[in-house]
Amino acid sequence: MRRALLLALVLMLARAGLPGARATAPPESPSLLPPTSAVAVDTPNDAGRSLVVRWVLSPSDREQDVAFAGYEILRAESPEGPFVAVGDTPARTNEFVDNRELRDGAQYYYQVVARRGEALAPSVIVGPVIPAAQWFHTGRVNTLIAVLVLSGLIIYFIEHARRGRPIFLRKIAGLDAVDEAVGRATEMGRKILFIPGIQDMDSVQTLAGIAILGRVARTTSTYGATLEVPVSRSLVMVAARETVKESYMATGHPDSYHDDMVYYLTDDQFGYAAALEGIMVREKPATIFLQGHFFAESLILAENGNAIGAIQIAGTAEPSQLPFFVATCDYTLIGEEFFVAGAYLSREPRQLGSLKGQDLGKAIILALLLVGIVVQTTGVFDFASLFLVQ
Amino acid sequence: MVPLFLTAFVGTIFVIQFFVPHRPFSSMQGLLTDWVQIIVAFAIWLGALNLMRVSAESVSKREKGWPYAVIIIASFLLMAVIGFFFSGGTRFQDPGTPFDWMYQNVYNPLSATMFAMLAFYVASASYRAFRARNREATLLLLAGFLVMLGRVPVGDQITAFLPDGYRLSNLADLIMNIPNKAGQRAIMIGIALGIVSTSLRLILGIERSHLGGEA
Repeated sequence: MRRALLLALVLMLARAGLPGARATAPPESPSLLPPTSAVAVDTPNDAGRSLVVRWVLSPSDREQDVAFAGYEILRAESPEGPFVAVGDTPARTNEFVDNRELRDGAQYYYQVVARRGEALAPSVIVGPVIPAAQWFHTGRVNTLIAVLVLSGLIIYFIEHARRGRPIFLRKIAGLDAVDEAVGRATEMGRKILFIPGIQDMDSVQTLAGIAILGRVARTTSTYGATLEVPVSRSLVMVAARETVKESYMATGHPDSYHDDMVYYLTDDQFGYAAALEGIMVREKPATIFLQGHFFAESLILAENGNAIGAIQIAGTAEPSQLPFFVATCDYTLIGEEFFVAGAYLSREPRQLGSLKGQDLGKAIILALLLVGIVVQTTGVFDFASLFLVQ
Repeated sequence: MVPLFLTAFVGTIFVIQFFVPHRPFSSMQGLLTDWVQIIVAFAIWLGALNLMRVSAESVSKREKGWPYAVIIIASFLLMAVIGFFFSGGTRFQDPGTPFDWMYQNVYNPLSATMFAMLAFYVASASYRAFRARNREATLLLLAGFLVMLGRVPVGDQITAFLPDGYRLSNLADLIMNIPNKAGQRAIMIGIALGIVSTSLRLILGIERSHLGGEA
């Protein structure tokens, strides 16, 4: 008996020293927990081609857990599956936009799966959700109101002008100088160069430049001056030819017009600038009009024109190029002056009416700016948020 | 009437598509942009042929500057022949082709040369513009001087005795971020209004100069 007890005691002591023989159970490794509160909704204000899946982060998704890989988003057309992966997001993100080949009217179910290495923890299945297209972008109500108000003002004043009511226009020095510039070229027997910018007919600045070209062509036709219009785009060449031809016909000098007055050089920006530089240096035009959409070549052209002693009238709506024109040209049409030039030169009542509407729109914006400064400074209300466009 | 109607119709569609995400408006912009690119791609032939015709006439009549017309014709034909026949067909833009060699070793240096000339033109234009002729010009000169000095390391070195945040570079940033930005935004507001007004005149058919007609 004594031997048995002694043997049992020895065995117990030996077992205590064996590996794995612990006095207490070892701590368990942390388990991967799934994300919760997953929802899937239709993306608002779109053409019905995307859905948004949102969820609450998995409790396992912590910054200290570097092994946590992120989330995988699965999609199926029925709650029984089969689910296929449509994308994944990194850790600490809780939103996914699914725009992968969604079918009109189809129902979709989603599951968000947390991943750590090989371990996966899926959320509950959410759905069904159907992608739908909206008929109105609710994030752009403010823009719609602005467009309606401004358009309404312009149309009202166009009608107002059509009734023959006089409209006051402030003097724009650059436009009043057109006659003087053309007359100077005529007296000197040198040509007039009109450069309508380097963009194509899809740019509104090019269209504004062509409108000014029409008025300038009328003046050159009347004075008998030589007009040359080197262009950078083929479609601009076609439109400019029609404009110049029409102007010469309207003033009763159709024989003075020929197609080679308007000619194409190159689409390339600096190739065009180089060609114009050569024309200016060799032919020394007396007057240069730079009216259109310009970029870096603007200073090359204007500075060359200044160097040959030409009178230069420039106009553009590109804010970064305006300082170059102001520094180098005799007259510069700044911003909206460039867009009103066609109307200003034509003095056509309906066009002048649109300027009045434009001016009133500017007055409204000024009033809103003053209100905004006061409201925003006092912190009463986030006034600026009313003008955010989605 | 047809061009005016097309202008009005397409212009209106573009305005509507900004506010209506529903099909078919959502795909209009992409579709019409593709159409424009196709038309422009074909229209390039109008310009290229016109350029060749004008240059050839200049050479044949020995007009003033006709040697430059020879260079235009020769360059055009050289690039076209190399691109079409000696550069692997549709892969003419691949690195290593003769066309690519001409582009990298002839065209790019020429283009860079023209761009580099801007540095000299900026200097000459600034020299003329920054003169204290009147109050506004003096203000411009002073602002330009402070901004230029504040953008180089020596500006901060000169004002190193001032505490951080009050040095020349900070003053330059202040000038660019406040009065300059305010002025730029004012111009952009005017531009935006001008664009709306011009676009409306085009859509309503009041502005017809691009079609060669008067209102």
